[in-house]
Amino acid sequence: MGVTISQDNNISRALINGDVDHHTAYELRETIDNYIKLYTPEVLKLDFSEVQFMDSSGIGLIMGRFKLIKSLGGDLKVINVPKNLDRMIRLSGLSQLGIFESEDKASCKN
Amino acid sequence: MQELINEMNLNFLSKSSNESFARSAISAFVLQLDPTIDELADIKTAVSEAVTNCIVHGYKTNLGKIYISSKIYSNGKITIQIKDKGCGIENIEQAMEPLFTTGGSERSGLGFAVMQSFMDNIKVTSKINKGTTVTLQKFIIRRNLKNDKK
Repeated sequence: MGVTISQDNNISRALINGDVDHHTAYELRETIDNYIKLYTPEVLKLDFSEVQFMDSSGIGLIMGRFKLIKSLGGDLKVINVPKNLDRMIRLSGLSQLGIFESEDKASCKN
Repeated sequence: MQELINEMNLNFLSKSSNESFARSAISAFVLQLDPTIDELADIKTAVSEAVTNCIVHGYKTNLGKIYISSKIYSNGKITIQIKDKGCGIENIEQAMEPLFTTGGSERSGLGFAVMQSFMDNIKVTSKINKGTTVTLQKFIIRRNLKNDKK
């Protein structure tokens, strides 16, 4: 459970692991925001490939990080969202932001 | 025709660490209906939203008890009642509007929209300073009636 952040050139990747709910979102937010403020990455990719469960707290988590990184001139992408989270994403209307990308799994593990 | 097959009651403190406990408990109870993975995920998500509402809104300033009561019927219907004795909702209609939130910038305001979308029916009753009760309902398509033995 938690998040592992790695950096490759100007692209940072935050691999989120486990369930995302209101409880876990708090710690995820702290860790990711500290990283954003410290390194101001050009692009931060939130990798959801290891997320088994997410409620609407995950939507709040994405929205909040999007706003923060945009305010610092960076860009946020959300990658490898599992199929079972599609409905939640659709309901949120977040797809309008153009932040979702699919990436093959091989490249996301370092 | 619907006959009550099983029932469970649960109460726990409004600590956010209990959100995952509530999801696991309801999953374990619903499993006897032999739901699909999607059906189970829908129920877990809706319960997670309801319990989170109790914690974030109902008991915003204090800890209190959250009560879950669930019933399974012979026709595959499951009802789940999530109740708090917290501050209550002033305007239920407004609270249920997608994207409306009083929870600050980290809350998406989607809780009720998710419950509505992932379940077949939702009923909300609330009284200021008395608490809020959310009743969720879903029909699970019965595939395996062998599990009905008492």
